[in-house]
Amino acid sequence: MTYFGDPALWLPLTFAALMGLSILIYVVLDGFDLGVGVLFPFAEPAEKDRMVASIGPFWDANETWLVLAIGILLVAFPAAHGAILTALYLPVAIMLIGLILRGVAFEFRAKAPPARKGLWNLSFYAGSMMTALSQGYMLGMYIMGLEQRPATWAFAALTAVFLTVGYSFIGAAWLILKTEGALQRKAVGWAKGGIWGLILGLGAVSLASPLVSPRIFDKWFAMPEALFLAPLPIISAALVALLWIALRRLPARDDSFAWFPFAVSIALFALAFCGMAYSFYPYVVPEKLTIYEAASAPESLFIILIGTLFVLPMILGYTALSYRVFRGKATALSYE
Amino acid sequence: MDTLLLSRIQFGANISFHILFPTITIALGWMLLAFKLAWQRTGNEKWMEAYRFWVKVFALSFGMGVVSGITMSFQFGTNWPGFMEAVGNIAGPLLAYEVLTAFFLEAVFLGIMLFGASRVPVWMHTLATFLVAFGTTMSAFWILVLNSWMHTPAGFEMRDGVAHATDWLAIIFNPSMPYRLTHMLLASGLTVAFLIAGVSALRWLWGDRSDAVRATLRTGVFVGAALIPLQILAGDFHGLNTLEHQPAKVAAMEGNWETRGNVPLLLFAVPDEAARENRFEIGIPNGASLILKHHAAGVVPGLNDFVGEDGSVMHPPVAPVFYSFRVMVGTGFAMLFLSWGAAILMTRRRAGVEGLPRPVLWAMVPMALSGWVATLAGWYTTEIGRQPWLVTGVLNTEQAVAAVPAPMVATTLIAYLTVYAALLIAYIGAILYLARKAAHGDRPETTTPRGQPMAAHVPGE
Repeated sequence: MTYFGDPALWLPLTFAALMGLSILIYVVLDGFDLGVGVLFPFAEPAEKDRMVASIGPFWDANETWLVLAIGILLVAFPAAHGAILTALYLPVAIMLIGLILRGVAFEFRAKAPPARKGLWNLSFYAGSMMTALSQGYMLGMYIMGLEQRPATWAFAALTAVFLTVGYSFIGAAWLILKTEGALQRKAVGWAKGGIWGLILGLGAVSLASPLVSPRIFDKWFAMPEALFLAPLPIISAALVALLWIALRRLPARDDSFAWFPFAVSIALFALAFCGMAYSFYPYVVPEKLTIYEAASAPESLFIILIGTLFVLPMILGYTALSYRVFRGKATALSYE
Repeated sequence: MDTLLLSRIQFGANISFHILFPTITIALGWMLLAFKLAWQRTGNEKWMEAYRFWVKVFALSFGMGVVSGITMSFQFGTNWPGFMEAVGNIAGPLLAYEVLTAFFLEAVFLGIMLFGASRVPVWMHTLATFLVAFGTTMSAFWILVLNSWMHTPAGFEMRDGVAHATDWLAIIFNPSMPYRLTHMLLASGLTVAFLIAGVSALRWLWGDRSDAVRATLRTGVFVGAALIPLQILAGDFHGLNTLEHQPAKVAAMEGNWETRGNVPLLLFAVPDEAARENRFEIGIPNGASLILKHHAAGVVPGLNDFVGEDGSVMHPPVAPVFYSFRVMVGTGFAMLFLSWGAAILMTRRRAGVEGLPRPVLWAMVPMALSGWVATLAGWYTTEIGRQPWLVTGVLNTEQAVAAVPAPMVATTLIAYLTVYAALLIAYIGAILYLARKAAHGDRPETTTPRGQPMAAHVPGE
């Protein structure tokens, strides 16, 4: 196993990259379907059915990326897995209960007696909110180095709100892509209402990370790194501006550019994610444990890597197939 | 209560809730594929009707399994960090392979299976159904490999308190894996057989005389009757395997305190761990020796062999293992009598479902959940029987628990239990509602998926 240099160096890096990719895919994919849940109270009953129909075939696979991400953390960085998850014990529990409530609501709202549908709609909304808020809270705590202080709690509470609104934005962008007519016009309105969450969220994370850690500050503002990194915030700002212009013109009469807000949201999430990854590298537990210290034994990582290289392209392939099968505007869900 | 006990209750509650649903989906996936293929082969609409009813139950069960499974993947870290720190090099790759080869497959193709019938050709819909069934079974395979390895670890060496893999084939095909996997897959088949029979019987009792309900009732009874003898045999082999590798567990299952021959098979007793004896014993003389050693004088290990000189107890808590085992075996025999009785009544004079008297049909209704009872009891037997070890001979359960304050574990435990209780009621309620709706003629209209002209199948008749 010395073909590519020291596996104790490149294996942890590879797995950190794989984990980062899973988290990014998760945040985008489950982000839009959580966002649809967050927007639920603003919709009429028939629109609710259509909204669920737009995510029904995907949500389960979307959540699997979370399992993969947490799985990689678990298998590749076991020491970090314990440290992070025990520090985030309560928000994790709230997120899990949220995921349970919303996950089962997909099936129950269609199969339970009609009189109960309102209850399952509530379960879907509450579950989506619990999940989004707790994920935002965990993001904030992670940026704060998992320190438990009133100031870090306050920051985490802010990121909780921002991420939830950010999810509602990408959810609205998804609905602009997947729906038509009155609901699509409504979704444009929701996107306009949610864009501030995205902006403030990006801003809060970008400002707080360097302020909390002098190490991260130096990484961003030392020369010449600052020059190479400058495009990251500049492109983000440009994308936000384009998004704002687009939202004022959507929906177009021939439905052109309906994909634009969703595509730009993905780009923004990806850019923000790269920025964070750059900030925190090489740490997996901020300022405490690097990916190299936390990594499992190389021989175990190697056997997972072989499987991953073989299977991940297949997963991406049939995920793409599924999005292709269910392409176009969402239609009413039926087993027929 | 302390963090260890609370964490154990919490994980036990989660995994108990979780296993209910994979136990259904593993076999129901294959059953759905069989219904679909039967329809494609015969063109008989009853099979498609059966498919349409049971795919709803499948979707409901699958959703419940997914969300409770996600919970468990997190609890390894939140409650049992010591587990992955000690044996992560083994458990990690096995879990990773489960996610990669099973979870994505089932999740993606479930979407196509449930909602894609009108969007893809028939062959692809059938393929999606197959891949979902295959995915659930792969998932069962990997998780049972890991679970079996925790019972009978092999193919590793310990370096500085951390397990390192030395032989992956030995890890995967560890001594108890083939037995446990067979036992669990059969358990899933039986759970689904009795669920289908019970729900179909209920629909019949509610006046549903459709061909579909006849077909599923027959299928449930005959699949159950075919699998239960195999399961009793597989269970016996599994027991012998346990005797070889985990004698303390067998001693607890038999309630046998002293290592000796001519051990009776206890039908009932109240094990008293403080006094280290049983009260109110009712047993069949030499029974346990005969089953485990195949002769009356066969020596069966006793619990007292697993007490250290310093009084440290290295065998599992006796009463829960002893009782769980009896619940499992008792339920298994109830399944045997009901399915064989019903099968005989149905074949006699070719009477079919009409040959079943109402009391038999009514007996089938509560037995719809017999698979759940037996599966849970079986898992309690084997998992509590593994204590005090988390990984036999390698890691104590106590060493793996997280230092989370007990009140926090207690709070989340209450939250989980509340949610699980509510969901269980809602789940059973939804199945009853679907059954009532189907029984009262509100069946989905019979349409044909795209590209599947019915006439193409009729000539085969």
